[in-house]
Amino acid sequence: MNKTRRLISEYFDKYTVTEIDKYIDLGGFSGLKKALKEGPDFVIDSIQKAELRGRGGAAFPCFKKWTSAKNRPEPVKYVLVNADEGEPGTFKDRDLLAKDPYRIIEGLIIAGYTTGAKEGYIYIREEYDDIRRQMNEAIALAKSRNFLGNNILGTDFSFSIKAYTGAGAYVCGENTALIESMHGNVGRPRVKTPRVGERGLFDKPTMVNNVETYACVAAIMNHGWEAYANQGLNGHKGTKMISLCGNIMRPGVYEVPFGITVKEIIEEIGGGTRDLSLGKFIQSGGASCALIPYTHFDTPYTYDDFKKKGFDIGSGSIVVANGNVRVVDYLSSVSGFFEHESCGKCTPCREGTKRMHEIIDDLCLNRASDQQVNRLFEIADSMMDSSLCGLGQTAPTATLSAFKHFKEEIMESVTK
Amino acid sequence: MEVNKERVEEILEQYDFRQDALVPILMDTQNLCDDHYVEEETQRYIARRLNLTYVDIYEVSSFFSAINKAPKGKYHIQLCDSSVCRINKKDIIEEYLEDVLGIRVGETTADKMFTLEHTPCFGACDISPAIRINKKVYGHLTIQKVKQLLAELRGAKDE
Ligand SMILES: Cc1cc2nc3c(=O)[nH]c(=O)nc-3n(C[C@H](O)[C@H](O)[C@H](O)COP(=O)(O)O)c2cc1C
Ligand code: SF4
Ligand code: FES
Repeated sequence: MNKTRRLISEYFDKYTVTEIDKYIDLGGFSGLKKALKEGPDFVIDSIQKAELRGRGGAAFPCFKKWTSAKNRPEPVKYVLVNADEGEPGTFKDRDLLAKDPYRIIEGLIIAGYTTGAKEGYIYIREEYDDIRRQMNEAIALAKSRNFLGNNILGTDFSFSIKAYTGAGAYVCGENTALIESMHGNVGRPRVKTPRVGERGLFDKPTMVNNVETYACVAAIMNHGWEAYANQGLNGHKGTKMISLCGNIMRPGVYEVPFGITVKEIIEEIGGGTRDLSLGKFIQSGGASCALIPYTHFDTPYTYDDFKKKGFDIGSGSIVVANGNVRVVDYLSSVSGFFEHESCGKCTPCREGTKRMHEIIDDLCLNRASDQQVNRLFEIADSMMDSSLCGLGQTAPTATLSAFKHFKEEIMESVTK
Repeated sequence: MEVNKERVEEILEQYDFRQDALVPILMDTQNLCDDHYVEEETQRYIARRLNLTYVDIYEVSSFFSAINKAPKGKYHIQLCDSSVCRINKKDIIEEYLEDVLGIRVGETTADKMFTLEHTPCFGACDISPAIRINKKVYGHLTIQKVKQLLAELRGAKDE
């Protein structure tokens, strides 16, 4: 039985960017039409009933963010698509943008209409240069059909979209760093307040959502929140786009129902691991998230079940590691990534990511001491407590989870 | 590489000389360079035209990894060294590349044809191990495939 779903991804591979008419024939832009007809409160009510959560990692309830954006009194505000997708193992936004660009545009227009913004931006990572070019083509075509521009579809709502390029810095996915970089500055996070919802792009209130979040809103508006919610299993609502990769027979982007188990994802969707073993662990959600050992593969893929165990849905990536992968080697790649991507603004993260990587590399060479391992925990604590942004705060998560689930194996690498 | 000032002006105009477009301006200018690097003279020119200081430009270009800090070979090879590519044995590809090119990661060949570097995940994990050559992605790499790729690039040189 096929365990995947086709709601968010229903139009994948069914049209190319020049074929806007095909998108419309398939049912595209009907979500926008419904929104324009029913009004902003209907949109917010629908995403609340669908229990849609932000897909950028933090899983923040979508309706809350949209409601506060709508309630901002400022006459000028912006809506922004975060397409900086940079977590190793994550590539679902790539497919959403490349295979169904108009749905992202549609979701963004609905967001502008709902919150009262007249301009939208799409911040696309530099590595997806071709996708940005294609997006510009789609924006131009949507404008030629009056889905963008002045008085959209005969209403008094006007809206435009610009695509913007990143420049190879993972930290720019963080909201404040993203805004800084769009201002032409170095993309370092700023101290939290004010949030970008109050003062963001060009100092105006800016609502930032992940690519998939906008795609979900467009789908919910198109099919109704019930149709979306019904896709889930065992009472869980909706679906999630995942990036399945690593030691897996069929890597790729899949849409899965919430409530499916990790085991089903690996075996029935991914076709099992390449060496036909069960797999040893997965990392779900991105480099900043916990490792899940094979003993927990029966966990249902839901926000609540994962949270209870300290796991994360995060960005939706699932990296599968089989028995040949040493945990310490895996941690080395994760900690190396954070060392490379730390922006250096605050000391706990700048120094901490570097020291953690050093100690883990000593573990890889079987020459770390007990003291070094203790030091690793001290560093992790101070990073989580006093780093300025999410990067530093979550960089130690994978390592700590590895010590929880694979302590024996890791301690074999410690010199006696 | 020093860039023809008229070409730079075209790019600047395209962005209305906006200071907040500094990053895309630098990247577009870099794309004009065979060595993938905007040298100081041109950077200073861009600074003047945008009413910025050279230090402003320096700060931004040293922060973003897509803006190169030094000239690269004609073919800039970026090998992903993030988690998924490591699981899928990018080490074998790396050793082979170092071997045939006669350089280590981080170096450029004497004839300035190839630069080999590590880079974090660029979202091609489903076809890992993967590399980018002048930003174009190649995946499902095997030694055989890399050999063929290099031969094609070397062939292109002779044309
Ligand atoms: C270091 C760091 C990197 C991030 N990278 C991304 C990213 O690439 N894409 C994304 O959508 N959100 C990213 N986020 C989360 C965003 O800050 C933000 O929460 C998200 O875009 C909100 O959208 P959502 O409500 O739809 O999830 C990142 C956060 C941090 C701290
Ligand atoms: S936690 Fe790291 S990435 Fe975030 S501001 Fe501090 S140094 Fe920069
Ligand atoms: S981990 Fe190598 S491309 Fe993603």
